[in-house]
Amino acid sequence: MSTIGVNHYLFVGAVLLVLGIFGIFLNRKNVIVIFMSIELMLLAVNLNLVAFSSALGDLAGQVFALFVLTVAAAEAAIGLAIVVVYFRNRGSIEVEDVTLMRG
Amino acid sequence: MLVNAAFYVFSAILIGSAVMVITSRNPVHSVLFLILAFFNAAALFLIAGAEFLAMILVIVYVGAVAVLFLFVVMMLDVNFGQLREGYQRYLPVGAAVGTILLMELVFVLGGWEFAPQAMSLRLSSTPGAVSNTQALGRLIYTDYIFLFQAAGLILMVAMIGAIVLTHRERTTSKKQSIARQNARTVADTLELMQVKLGAGTNVTGILRPKPEPALALTHDEPHEHGVGKPGPGEHG
Repeated sequence: MSTIGVNHYLFVGAVLLVLGIFGIFLNRKNVIVIFMSIELMLLAVNLNLVAFSSALGDLAGQVFALFVLTVAAAEAAIGLAIVVVYFRNRGSIEVEDVTLMRG
Repeated sequence: MLVNAAFYVFSAILIGSAVMVITSRNPVHSVLFLILAFFNAAALFLIAGAEFLAMILVIVYVGAVAVLFLFVVMMLDVNFGQLREGYQRYLPVGAAVGTILLMELVFVLGGWEFAPQAMSLRLSSTPGAVSNTQALGRLIYTDYIFLFQAAGLILMVAMIGAIVLTHRERTTSKKQSIARQNARTVADTLELMQVKLGAGTNVTGILRPKPEPALALTHDEPHEHGVGKPGPGEHG
């Protein structure tokens, strides 16, 4: 990153994070789009980590981004498995009804 | 400046596809735009010099996570139009929260600077001669080995958890029971008959009652041959 300042990356990351949060508000019922919004937010985090890692010449940021990626993949797998089980039980994926599953 | 132009193009496509992910009507389109966003983020990583992470992003996210999303979206038979009912209702509060957060973040972006001792506080500075992948490999397998193994553990727990959550016993499926197969003897299944010349099949007892359609294959009791019709040919 010789020519592009770290601020540009941070701005893209900030916009991406805000879009992720906005997506959660916008699609309150559709849990799959909520998962996608969470993926967008994690992507924004990764973008910031990589930008700082590249600007400072510190590889620890990229290692950390790698672990964020791992956790995001695991979260997506578990979350989608829960969605499938929930759909099997209730026939819909409206997350507003999830509180009905309390005992 | 080619790199600058590339950065702005990729950033614009990234943000545009992120907008499409959260606003598109069909979740399948959302997933496809998510894939586009991941590709552009990988390009941004490449511009920043993180080649290994860019390739991992394409492989893991596009190859695994996005395909998983696509799989689930297409597998579930959901009325997605009904899921967008609260769209208008949550739009104002979401827009308010988003605007405030973005303003705060831009406010922070305008005023921050690196600490003066930031360069000396680096944990693991980038080595000069080797490539990005090689440098990351040297770090991950030495300084961060425990974190690396913990990441592997997380993935394994996620895999087991996903299997356990979605597993269900099927009572109607046909599966092979090797023990029962091996326990079968010739006498159970094979019957030799002596048929006289000219005797029709209706008198020899070779004609069997039709097996029941679905369950007949799962029973392995010996068929009762020649019920009520003692044919001329007894067991040979």
